[in-house]
Amino acid sequence: MSAPIITVEHLSKRYMLRRQEAPRYTALRDVLSDKARSLFRSRDHASKVDEFLALDDVSFTVNAGDRVGIIGRNGAGKSTLLKILSRITEPTKGRITIDGRVASLLEVGTGFHPELTGRENIYLNGAILGMSKAEIRVKFDEIVAFSEVERFLDTPVKRYSSGMYVRLAFAVAAHLEPEILIVDEVLAVGDAAFQRKCLGKMQDVSGEGRTVLFVSHQMDAVQRLCNKGMLLHKGSLVTAGPMDDVVRDYLQQNATAESDFIFEIPESPRSSAHATHLRIEDSDGRPLPEVPIGSPWQARIGFTVEKPTDGFVIALGISTLLDMPIRTTWSSAQALQPGRYEALFVNDGVHLADNQYKLMVGLSDQGRVLQYLPGQALLTISDISILTGETRIVNSRSGLLMNQMETRIQRID
Amino acid sequence: MSKHRIILEAGSADRHYWRDLWNYRGLFGFLAWRDILVRYKQTAIGVLWSVLRPLLTLAVMAFIGWLFESRLPDGVPRLLLVGAATLPWTFFSNAFSEASNSLIANSNLLTKVYFPRLIVPASTIIVCLIDFFIAFAILVVLMVAYQFMPSVRILLLPLFLLLALITALGSGLLIAALNVKYRDFRYIIPFIVQFGLYVSPVAFSSADIYTSERIPEALKIVYALNPMVGVIDGFRWCILGGETTLYLPGFLTSIGISLLLLVAGIRYFRKTERGFADII
Repeated sequence: MSAPIITVEHLSKRYMLRRQEAPRYTALRDVLSDKARSLFRSRDHASKVDEFLALDDVSFTVNAGDRVGIIGRNGAGKSTLLKILSRITEPTKGRITIDGRVASLLEVGTGFHPELTGRENIYLNGAILGMSKAEIRVKFDEIVAFSEVERFLDTPVKRYSSGMYVRLAFAVAAHLEPEILIVDEVLAVGDAAFQRKCLGKMQDVSGEGRTVLFVSHQMDAVQRLCNKGMLLHKGSLVTAGPMDDVVRDYLQQNATAESDFIFEIPESPRSSAHATHLRIEDSDGRPLPEVPIGSPWQARIGFTVEKPTDGFVIALGISTLLDMPIRTTWSSAQALQPGRYEALFVNDGVHLADNQYKLMVGLSDQGRVLQYLPGQALLTISDISILTGETRIVNSRSGLLMNQMETRIQRID
Repeated sequence: MSKHRIILEAGSADRHYWRDLWNYRGLFGFLAWRDILVRYKQTAIGVLWSVLRPLLTLAVMAFIGWLFESRLPDGVPRLLLVGAATLPWTFFSNAFSEASNSLIANSNLLTKVYFPRLIVPASTIIVCLIDFFIAFAILVVLMVAYQFMPSVRILLLPLFLLLALITALGSGLLIAALNVKYRDFRYIIPFIVQFGLYVSPVAFSSADIYTSERIPEALKIVYALNPMVGVIDGFRWCILGGETTLYLPGFLTSIGISLLLLVAGIRYFRKTERGFADII
């Protein structure tokens, strides 16, 4: 079980990017004129294209039976990696050894022809994905049942609704039986119920000991399906290991949001206390630039007390970006001697919708404001969710607060 | 385990290419089947187009031959002389243009799934073969109508059909691969087909060229370089029999060029194939 089924050694893929003014495809005219020009000028030719390393020296192995989730931001090289593994494009450098039949599903319904009927498309798509006619015939009824489009089997798929189209396409793909299945972000389409069904089907596939490589932005899907993970960032492999660790790394290496905010020290007049920094953390105290929706978080605020205070209170406020206050929390008043302190505000299961929020920090002594920092720190709740079991995420558009009220229905007559 | 071992390396030629091609023969059939099914969807007269098109071409070319008084071999009606030529020519022109555009037409497949890319242009040629057989049936009907008895040479026709296929495949592969990178060829293809109709012996016969005293010898050699000259002459030789003769040096030149095209086509195609998905 532990023999590597895929071995990737020092894999690189370089793309040539043409400058913006150049057309998307080469015209013979350009090649001819460039050739003519280069007769007179020797260099300068190379400067016309920019190089772009989509994958940069990536090495890893995948064992038979592993279900590997590949995650990373857009442009990290995930799709390029899948394309190379599926033999659609060739590597620029490096070597890949694959011991098994590979089927890849980089798009739902590749090769579907709108004029053909559902029945005809099942055969066509199956053949494109690498099934033999006999294999398709054996699985035909199963595919039709899975797709739930029996009634429209002899209708051209151009008359299908997009949901039916996707269901049929996935049904074909789900019945592939390769040793290695490569799947790119295809579950993003279709309704929630069908997504669950697909995910279940993929779990069955991996349960049969087959190897799955799966790219997705839905962390809960990746976590549910995969036991191993790989994190790519700008073409390099950052982490590989157990899926949960990789997801955590991914959430932390976030480039757009920050977890640490440094406050400027007020020049004058020197107040008796000021805040120095604020950090957003997960419940284990690790920095968390983007809080996955529904996950616990806490804010750690550092502050310095210059003069002794009798009734020191530190407050943390949360408001929307439009300055609508959501909640404010005050610490209990206490006397503090000069020195450096930290205050910890632990979010207590109030789940905000995915968005950005302003964090306000206020320091006061016996009701007198020492410092007020409006919105210099931002809290980012991301739509990426980590499966937390208990939490029920309904729909981020359903409101600012994700927590559900208790509901009871009873018959009154 | 090692039965399916694949090693992917930069620039390394795929050792199992031809075996892969064989494994994917099912897809080859399915792509051809798809093109046939889709072909006349949402047309009013459907498959009748496959009959109408060769008939119209035949009528026009026969008219041109009559207009310019091109020579007829003894006992051969003009419609048969021209018909024996439009048959391979129409096949070639369709197969060549379909194959040349096939990669671009199927770019959604090339960027999403692996299979030996040769399958795509090759399967389009199969579809054109069906049209060929329909046109052939029309020719047979004409022969019956004229009460024209072909000679036994007609048994050799498959060989010349193979030659036409080789010519179409070779040039089609070459242009298809070039077309992926240089879209200029999209505009060149119709031109080649149109031009080819005039320089190939469709409305006239090769004998007119080779026996003409007005045409310089050098130009006759250039004429023989056109691989379709060999194919069409061969078709006439098989179908019309009788006094039609093959001008051997010219015929062999045409065969040589056809084979050369096939080798060059496959080579260039194989060389560029692995980069198709990146540039299409």
